Order: sequence, then C-alpha cells, then structure tokens
Amino acid sequence: MAIIKLNVTSGATVPQGVVAKGGGKKLTDYKNTAAIIFLDKQDFKKLETYPGTAVEVRNAFGKVIVTAQLTPDGPHPGVAFMPRGPWANVIIDPDTKSSGCPMYKNTEVEIEPKPELSPLEMADLMKQEYIDKL
Amino acid sequence: MYITDKSGFTKETKGQRVVSDVTCPFCGSACDDIVCVVEKDPKTGNEHIKEVYNACKVGTANFLPCKGAERFTTPLWRESKKDDFEPITWDDALEKTADILLAAKHPLIFGWSETSVEAMRYGVRLTELVGGTIDGQVTHCHGPTVQAIQEVGYPTGTLGEVKNRADMIVYWGCNPLNAHARHLSRYSTYVSGFFRRHGRQERKLIVVDPRRTDTAKLADEYIQIELGSDYEIFQAMRALLNDAEVTKDPIGGVPLDTLKGLLETMKSASYGALFFGLGLTHSESKKNNVEAGIGLVQALNDHTKWQIMPLRGHYNVGGLNQVLSWLTGYAYAVNFTRGMPRYNIGEFTGVDMLARKEVDAMFNIAADPGAHIPQKAAMTMAEIPLICCDIHPTPTTELANLILPGTHDGIEAEASCYRMDGVPIHMRKVHDPPAGCKPANHVFLEELVKIVEKKLELPHVMQ
Repeated sequence: MAIIKLNVTSGATVPQGVVAKGGGKKLTDYKNTAAIIFLDKQDFKKLETYPGTAVEVRNAFGKVIVTAQLTPDGPHPGVAFMPRGPWANVIIDPDTKSSGCPMYKNTEVEIEPKPELSPLEMADLMKQEYIDKL
Repeated sequence: MYITDKSGFTKETKGQRVVSDVTCPFCGSACDDIVCVVEKDPKTGNEHIKEVYNACKVGTANFLPCKGAERFTTPLWRESKKDDFEPITWDDALEKTADILLAAKHPLIFGWSETSVEAMRYGVRLTELVGGTIDGQVTHCHGPTVQAIQEVGYPTGTLGEVKNRADMIVYWGCNPLNAHARHLSRYSTYVSGFFRRHGRQERKLIVVDPRRTDTAKLADEYIQIELGSDYEIFQAMRALLNDAEVTKDPIGGVPLDTLKGLLETMKSASYGALFFGLGLTHSESKKNNVEAGIGLVQALNDHTKWQIMPLRGHYNVGGLNQVLSWLTGYAYAVNFTRGMPRYNIGEFTGVDMLARKEVDAMFNIAADPGAHIPQKAAMTMAEIPLICCDIHPTPTTELANLILPGTHDGIEAEASCYRMDGVPIHMRKVHDPPAGCKPANHVFLEELVKIVEKKLELPHVMQ
C-alpha cells in the first residue's frame, strides 16, 4: 500500500442530506454516509488498495479516518470528493483569504490506507477533535 | 369519507388530515407544492406526519425524520463541556442566554438560514442589544456571490421566468440533482412552461464541472474542467465573445475549440439561464469567479437573452440577506460593537472571527457550524460559551453549554422565507410542535430580547 497526494473537494450528497435533515447526525447512518472519501479508479490503483478500505486523510490542518469508496462521478484522477460534514472539515483549509469562505472545494491532502482502523462516530469525533483538546 | 384539497388530492379522513401547498424547509428551491398527510395518535392526541407527497428524498426527511432520531424538547445545560447535559426550565435557559451574551465582550450571533424571517428580525435586535456580530451560513456558502453582485450587479430573473421561457440551461460548478433535487423537474429543465410546453424536448442542458456528477449524466453536453479553473475559462470565453485572440490551448483542461463551440451554442439560445453553485465560491478565486461568470452573462446579453442565478443552499439563506439589508443596510457579517451597524468582509465574517479567536461567546440558531466550518474555527466554538438552538442533536450541540429546543419553522409553525431567486414565500403550518417546544422560534427570541432589554433597562420597541 502506498501514500498518495491529491486535491479534495467537498459538497452535498443525497444520502448525507437525508440523514442530516432527518435528524440522524448522532446515528451511525451519519458516519456511514459522510465519513467517506470518493476516489477515482486510477487513484485506488496508485493507493494499492480496494474500495471500502479505511484511509487516513491528512494535511497540515489535521488528520481523519474515513472510508475510501469508488467515485460514481469519475473519471477524475487526482481529485477526491468528501461529503460535507465534521469529518471533511478536519482537513479543509480554514483560510478564507478575507472572504469569509474557506477552501471547501480545493484542499491538498495526503492519503494513506489504514485497514486496521475505522472512522469514528460523530459524537466520538467531536470529543476527540475538540472537547478532549480543551 | 374523503376530503379533497385545492390540488385535487384526496385521502381518507379516519383520524387523518391532509395539508396541501406546504413549503419544503430544505433547500433554496423552497418547493411550495408539498402535500402532507397528518395522523393523530389516539392515545396522546399528538399529531405526526404519516405521508409526504411531491418532496425530494432529502426534503421528505425533513418531514419524516430518520428512525431513531432524537428530538430536543427541553432546554439542556452543562457548566463544563466535559460534563453531561441536565434539563433546565425555559425561564432559566433564557436567563442564562441573556447573561452569557451580555457578559461577553464580542458575542457572535450565528446561523438563521433554517428559520423564519420573523425570527431573524429578533436576531438583529438581539445583536444590537448585546453589541455583537450577526452572521450566518450565507457567508461561507454564497457570501462571495453577494460580494460579486455588490461590485458588478447581475442580470437575473425569477425561477418562473426560467420555467416559462428558458430553452437553454447551464449548471456551472453545481450538482443540483444532489443538493436541489427538484430544481430540474420543477423550475428549469423537465418542467413544462408557458412558452416551453414540451419541457425537456425544448430545452438544452449543459453542465460544467470537474466531476461527472449526477446532473452531468443527464446533460446534453458535459464539459469537464480542472479544479479551480473557472475564472480562467470565464475570462477566455468573454475574450472570445469580444473577438479577441486567445493563444492558450487548452484552457483549464478544456480544448479551445470546445469553448468556442460552447459559446456558439450559448449565443444560439433564445433565453438562457446560467445557474452556478459553490464550485465557484469555494475555490481559489471566490468572488472573482462569480464576477467573471456575471461578466460572461452580461456580454451574452449583447447577442441574446441570458440570466444568471446562484443556487442558494438552505431554504431561507436568502432571507438573512434580505432581513439584514432592510434593517441594517448590509447583507451579512454585520457588527454592532459601536452601537451602529458596520460591515467588513474578512473582519466580521463568522468563520474568520472564530478562526482568529476574536469571539468570546456564541449564540447559534438553525445552523450546524460544528459540522460545516473548518477545524480551526470550530475549535474556538469548543473553547467559548456556546448556546445552540436546534431541533436534533448535531456536531454543534456536542460542543454546546446550553441547548435550546428549536421549533421546526415551516412545518410546526407558520413562517416566511425567501426562495433562491428572492421571491418571498409564506410557509403553512402542518402540525403543532412537540410539548416543551415554543410555538415558533421567533416566540422565544422575542422573550429573550425582552429579558435583555429589561437587564439593560431599555424599553421594548419592536412591534
């Protein structure tokens, strides 16, 4: 298994929206629909792993474990997509360039397969990333 | 026995009630043709929605929550964020909220996009009283769009005009099939309009995006561009439109001939509508992307009729722009520290102030910044006293000291909202909120404003 670098873009998906609007953000459904990174087929080859594997997505802003899935919107090699949510926001570039609007659509990350780990539930993620750091 | 509503919808009435023409409180499309079947529990007498018609999948989830979804019905308080929450009374909760906001030197009043215009009015008054800053999701969604409109204006129209007239639709940097699922079927592409009786057959659909999204899969023409190359492509198209020589090829991953072809197609429309999404506002050039897009549409109007419109995210995200504009003169990021409204993007925008740790208390309503703003800004929310008003548990409530149980405005209370094209819509009430919740969000905000005014020994001036 290898480590690859690519650009992440984030946004809305229907499954994540259904759970979020249905009040299920504290349910496992939220993790299953939002703790995901969609990668291109070619990037999976470079990563030397299969869809469904847990990966660590990291950069200078943080690191987070999410599940890598095959993108339904390919081909877009070198570009990854994460549904919006607290998992994606761990690695989103917070710099707004004085516009009030962070770089949700274009943040560089490094991805490494971590098959032995699994994504955290929302409440556990918030505790680990924020409350425990107080 | 059957009852028939205005739209001809019939349903058996055994313990059931049909509410038609309900407005969906999900996305900026604010579809106002939803039909809800409400059922009464014979034991408790409480009503709940049993069936929903016409709404998209995400919209339906608003009316029919996920199985196992928790609902807040009483205010919850914890002194330390490491403790568990304990229920408190509404009176205590509002008292604590007033005390926290008045004790703070620079409180942030944030959110608003998923509540009513009526609630926003009280939000502005509350911010004025506590000398804080009011901002919302509008800033980190289409804030750059508002900046671009302030700088260059924009040729736009309503969704009704698109429905009745448009024969060419361009979706640029957006995926409405996932974020505004009924936009194509109700307003733009598939719908039959006054001058477009045959709907889809009379309209051409073009999608420009770095990913072959679900919307792109339905398009007549899909153009894949490189991430963050929108500005370059728009400017190249404007140059081509003005007969300038463009020497670079390809531009943003698109061959020059493809761009020339796209321009010719766009010029051939009799009424074109360009919709853009967060792909433009969330990438490198931000407002400049939008300005360039507006510039292209303005230039196209020398040849034929074109309009441009942002796909606004939440059902009332435009409402905050409207309410703030009519009350303070500014569209978002309004600061009241000096007792008068001031506006400065970058200085008073929520994410920037949180990331720079300039905020020492936060009141969040009808928004989930814990899930939707980057880690550096969310960390400040964890560090400061945070009051959160929401209906369900969210990442933000996980960081809060005080949770106020919200009312689902637009379902559990009548409300007003502004659709993405700026058309105001009155939202019908479907059923009562659960016991413990206030009749509407603006009701508890009015109480809060009165408490703050009393503490400051000021008279209540709002009607």
